[in-house]
Amino acid sequence: MSEPWTLFDKVWDSHVVADLGDGWSLLHIDRHLLHDLSGGRALGDVLARGLAVPNPELAFATPDHAVSSAPGREHNGFPVGERLRASLREQAGATGIRFFDLGQIGQGIVHVMGPELGIALPGVTLICGDSHTCTNGGLGALAFGVGSSELTHALATQTLRQRRPKRMRVRFEGTPGQGITAKDLALYMIGRLGAAAGTGYAVEYAGAAVRAMGIEGRMTLCNLSIEMGAKIGMVAPDEATFAYVAGRRYAPAGEMFDRAIAQWRTLRTDDGAVFDREEVIDAAEVVPVVTWGTSPEQAIAIDAAIPAPEAAGDAARAKAWRDALDYMGLEPGRALAGTKVDWVFIGSCSNSRLSDLREAASVARGRHVAEGVTAWVVPGSERVKRDAEAEGLDRVFREAGFGWREPGCSMCVAANGERVAPGQRSVSTSNRNFVGRQGPGARTHLASPAMAAAAAVTGAITDVRRL
Amino acid sequence: MQPFTTLTGVAAPLLRDNIDTDVIIRVERLTGTSRESMGAVAFEAWRFRPDGSENPEFALNEARYRGAPILLAGANFGCGSSREGAVWAMMGMGLRCVIAESFGDIFFNNCFQNGLLPVRLPGETVRHLAEAEGAVTVDLIAQEVVGADGTRAAFEIEPMRRTALLEGLDEIGLTLKHQDAITRFQQADRSERPWVWLASEAPP
Repeated sequence: MSEPWTLFDKVWDSHVVADLGDGWSLLHIDRHLLHDLSGGRALGDVLARGLAVPNPELAFATPDHAVSSAPGREHNGFPVGERLRASLREQAGATGIRFFDLGQIGQGIVHVMGPELGIALPGVTLICGDSHTCTNGGLGALAFGVGSSELTHALATQTLRQRRPKRMRVRFEGTPGQGITAKDLALYMIGRLGAAAGTGYAVEYAGAAVRAMGIEGRMTLCNLSIEMGAKIGMVAPDEATFAYVAGRRYAPAGEMFDRAIAQWRTLRTDDGAVFDREEVIDAAEVVPVVTWGTSPEQAIAIDAAIPAPEAAGDAARAKAWRDALDYMGLEPGRALAGTKVDWVFIGSCSNSRLSDLREAASVARGRHVAEGVTAWVVPGSERVKRDAEAEGLDRVFREAGFGWREPGCSMCVAANGERVAPGQRSVSTSNRNFVGRQGPGARTHLASPAMAAAAAVTGAITDVRRL
Repeated sequence: MQPFTTLTGVAAPLLRDNIDTDVIIRVERLTGTSRESMGAVAFEAWRFRPDGSENPEFALNEARYRGAPILLAGANFGCGSSREGAVWAMMGMGLRCVIAESFGDIFFNNCFQNGLLPVRLPGETVRHLAEAEGAVTVDLIAQEVVGADGTRAAFEIEPMRRTALLEGLDEIGLTLKHQDAITRFQQADRSERPWVWLASEAPP
């Protein structure tokens, strides 16, 4: 009999092409997502080095980072984004890689597009030149972000040289309260464990609250893994996963689907498997979480006071907190709730899927964006956009005074010229509140879609449960 | 990749935890700036004031740290985005080594792809190195850092990575030597997990 083994190890082991020694493996890569910011350049590098792309059928490309989210963008886009989109389209065409252009199903944020087209599947290895590739782990894929060099390596060899990370499991037990989302659980976890807690680990999320979570919520949870330092986050696939995957464009169908499911059912952590680190979080104690600083670990409950640097523990940390408070224009000891906001951004690979938009729309319905606030909804993909429009969510948002935009990364990363102005305050459903992330001098508070919508309609950071 | 053996020079302190790659290089610099000229805009949010002038309070702007080849940083250095431009920008400033308690995983990998040596040492040692004025030596052959005051600190590095850096090896070249194993894996996998293997699609 074999030893009890983890989900992560099972997927890893089944992809080892060669053992390179010292814990290193040459790992087969089953799926590769390419985007405009790095995809065109990497493909150009491969060709310039005289190398070929041996498995173009396993790679999928779409522009997301630098494309405008403005309606009518096909005719009047962001110039840099247009250049990158053209380059990606051209290089994908030259190498035989599928490319989803603006207006086509498949265009959108890579990590929204991958699962919705059945490109990301349980048990596959999937990479992308983007740190939020861990999002795809919500389906049970072993998915991680890489830099340009590894991206080129994978295109040219369909493999990567990787060292096996340590294993960590976070179990969310209990039942989350009404209105508490995967985003709140994730921010709570990072606030409690820290932005480096997962460094060097592959994280598996488990427990009753994860089992009960929808697949899109699991993607949100896995998405935030990298903000805890882990480049890999995974949830074991189950019946809900199989139901999600069924019928998607590149997913197996018919008899092949049954065969795949038989294998996917083995992708779970065996009882008694050992993790290098294990954490348990009581989901019932989580309330809506909002960040106050410039690291995702600087996150507090909506009803908590902004912390004082004196409580940071040591001098260096106190200095970092003070700098964060200065940058954010906040005073310690005061409540975060009631802080006036200028911008609300609902979108990003954290929270731009249909369930996220429904959640935000349920708050926006019958209300109106407060005076002085600009609020945008940027659907994660063309598919999400069309589905949302089919059920009238665009109308709900428009009537409430939100901007209804075209799919892409938009203001999460501000690579497309769409920025929060210096000194302005934004509540954002994205994943990074770093200095300058949403534009130089922009002040970002991370929150769930419902909390973001609540901030939009009240003009201030607000506990959505009190609306 | 540029080989790395030993290095002696000034070590500039940036002892803050969780320095992310967005701060090291802004996203629009990845598209609007050539790899070679990214050094001029590394750490720009801290290095320059909103009017474009240099921020005198930023350590790397101090005369004694200008052009330093070594950076001393806080824990979780290089967290966040996978952008390899962070490494290119640092190398563009003249940096060849970063010493920190811990690093973001993706950044750590990206360093080795380019010949920027990331050295993990305890936070206390990093702070101690920052206290003494003068040159620091980083010796990859001996796996040792020697501080300006003569303090010696041994560091761990995986043998394969050490060899690759010392010799400036090209990873793609190394992997292509495994082409037979890759082909064998793919053939077996096609019958074991046929659903993973998609057909090519003619471009529209």
